[in-house]
Amino acid sequence: MPRPGFVLDVDRSTPPTLFWHGEGFRLERLPTGSRIIYPPEPLDALPDPDEAIRRALLEPIDSEPLPALLKPGMKLTIAFDDVSLPLPPMRQPDNRQRVIEAVLDMAAAAGVDDVQLIAALALHRRMTEAELRHALGDRIYDAFAPHGLLTQHDAEDPAGMLHLGTTDEGEDVEINRRAAESDLLVYVNINLVAMDGGHKSVATGLASYKSLRHHHNVRTMQHSRSFMDQHRSELHSSNWRMGRHLKAAGVRIFQIETTLNTNQFPDQFAFLQKREWEWKAGDRARYLAVTKSLERAPERLSRRIFQSMKAPHEMTSVQAGEVEAVHAVTTENVYRQQMVEVQGQTDILTMGLPYICPYNVNSVMNPILVMCTGLGYFFNLYRGQPLVRAGGVVIMSHPTPWEFSPVHHPSYIDFFEQVLAETTDPLEIEAKYEESFATDPWYIHLYRTGHAYHGVHPFYMWYWGAHALDHLGGVIVVGGDPASVRRLGFKPASTMRDALEMATDVVGRDPSVTHLHCPPLLMADVKA
Amino acid sequence: MRLRAGFPYGPPTWPGSVPRPPIERRTGVDFETGWARRYPARLARAVFVDQMLRPVVRALVPPHVHGIDRLESLEGPVIFVANHQSHLDTPLLLSALPDRWRHRAVVAAAADYFFDTRLKGTLSALVLGALPVERGRVDRRPLEQARALLDDGWSIVIFPEGGRSGDGWAQPFRGGAAYLAMHGGFPVVPVHLEGTGRVLPKGAKRPSRAAVHVTFGSPLRPREGERTNKFSDRIEEAVAVLADEQATDWWTARRRAAMRTTPSLAGPDAGAWRRSWALERGARRRPVRTWP
Repeated sequence: MPRPGFVLDVDRSTPPTLFWHGEGFRLERLPTGSRIIYPPEPLDALPDPDEAIRRALLEPIDSEPLPALLKPGMKLTIAFDDVSLPLPPMRQPDNRQRVIEAVLDMAAAAGVDDVQLIAALALHRRMTEAELRHALGDRIYDAFAPHGLLTQHDAEDPAGMLHLGTTDEGEDVEINRRAAESDLLVYVNINLVAMDGGHKSVATGLASYKSLRHHHNVRTMQHSRSFMDQHRSELHSSNWRMGRHLKAAGVRIFQIETTLNTNQFPDQFAFLQKREWEWKAGDRARYLAVTKSLERAPERLSRRIFQSMKAPHEMTSVQAGEVEAVHAVTTENVYRQQMVEVQGQTDILTMGLPYICPYNVNSVMNPILVMCTGLGYFFNLYRGQPLVRAGGVVIMSHPTPWEFSPVHHPSYIDFFEQVLAETTDPLEIEAKYEESFATDPWYIHLYRTGHAYHGVHPFYMWYWGAHALDHLGGVIVVGGDPASVRRLGFKPASTMRDALEMATDVVGRDPSVTHLHCPPLLMADVKA
Repeated sequence: MRLRAGFPYGPPTWPGSVPRPPIERRTGVDFETGWARRYPARLARAVFVDQMLRPVVRALVPPHVHGIDRLESLEGPVIFVANHQSHLDTPLLLSALPDRWRHRAVVAAAADYFFDTRLKGTLSALVLGALPVERGRVDRRPLEQARALLDDGWSIVIFPEGGRSGDGWAQPFRGGAAYLAMHGGFPVVPVHLEGTGRVLPKGAKRPSRAAVHVTFGSPLRPREGERTNKFSDRIEEAVAVLADEQATDWWTARRRAAMRTTPSLAGPDAGAWRRSWALERGARRRPVRTWP
């Protein structure tokens, strides 16, 4: 029986706490009286995931069984989450492979010939063949890719997009034409965090810049408190309006959502899954071996080691059917795995940031992604109210190197060099620079033909942290490259002790400190 | 001053607010000894017992073994029950056991003494083939384990007093051996060990040389309808008769047994000095033969 998460009150006998630090770790001793939020242990996996998938398809929620929706001569499109999920990438077979194979089996039995697969990557980079093969498996790839039936969403293809009108609030709804014109669109999700899935799958994953800008903007993000809680998230409200508009426009969606447990690391990194005082001699030996090796290894090698790590994630639930009904069940299952109740806010929130976020799989975690991971994702891992009080301080631990992947993140480089050199204010950035980056033909070319994120993507990363920037009194990065940390508008600190001392200038003497203990993933249910 | 490496070089400290889970016991009666009955450990033990233990025992305390002929017709697993005065008893008895039992015997040993640490437990299991048993409280698990071993063809050496004698006189026998015999139908061979209490008494640090005697009795089996405690009493009486036989002679011991006047193993019901006096000077002493 997995143990639930809990909040530890640090006392003199609490051992040092593990912090992610990019492609490495730090052991930090937090002040006595601090709180550490420990995540629940990984839930038990489904005993037979393939049978669970089959049952979900045959007994969907608020929908006819999938076989009843499949007819000869129909046009079937299967869209699936891109390389940004799950994190780290899971060991094969991936959930997408299991689910899509089950769907294709039923489609074959029903005699459906016109089937196309689309990677729903919105404005993310295109996946490589290796990444597609990993997510879908060789059987699917070899059956569909050679015939041009495995495609990747292209939001900048004028002929490939279809405008379906606007919502009641005037939001453009424009999605992939093939998906919109299909008799049935099956969307296959991996719901790693509560933000994923629901109407966001199609309304974001298969949309264009014209459509996305209605919810991927500063105002929406500042009114999403948090975007992990769909009932208090303007991001989700907008997506839900678009999703309902799609339904009204005749787009028939059969949603399949899967959840994972937090078994995120292989055996050699098993210590990442454990509470520090429960580390056995083997865990300590592995920790020392890993950290000492990484300290001596060249940066590229460290990155390769971490990026090649495949998570032993296991499926904890699968549900299919009508989008909203399915997503309600999925969200409960995500919360069941990740939610920890926390009493009250804190003056200072500390967090260790990992080597990976949704946008640097097989790539470099550049400074903008460090900001997005810390102030976008980790800060928003709450329900109720933010973990840190208004005017409080976030202390993040990450090396924050001034380093970018020119292949994956070309527009990020210019955003960092030009835009952030001018201002870090999200509203000013949005008003002054977004349009030019979003419509830049070179970025569009790289997005469509290479493996580059769209020109506007770094703006979205910055907006992702807009709520935190609006809420916080200061951000300090421990162990980060001072130049890139200052460029982000944050303060660099050499040690955690220095950072805590610096934070008292903002929050006053004797502050309360709370640490968000990731890994593995957790979400705080913050009570008043 | 004891230096202790800090975490992560040393073990972590435990936060005061987190309750510690019950520690999984791997010592005492929970010590796993199955490995000691597999062939590599048995081979090592056989070599140790035959090539080291027996020569050392013979050199230190040359044993006089009596009554082996009483076991001639006996086959299969046996429960050997002996009195207990010294740590020397186990090596002595193992050395004296006939070959057909010596290499397929386990010794029931006090879990709280021989298995209180992993090192002691490992050595006890490997060298003596020891099996941990609780002596302070009733616990059926070791009995069930012993029963399974008997069923599997292993013989068991039991010292039913539960510990070494403090003053040289025996303590009351407990019923474990009788229970095993009753429930499995295995024969019980009473054994009397004499002299080990003088060589290495309880509390002594060094052994002294003296002659020791090991006397095997005739196998006992529970009678029809006999209760466990009665059978246990009969086993104790059989050891007492062997003690008497050793102190006097076979015929005298048989006659006293027939008249139910065999001196008790527990000694006189008297004060401490009189018990010691009786042990050293009294009835248990072999009479001086005048003739022939």
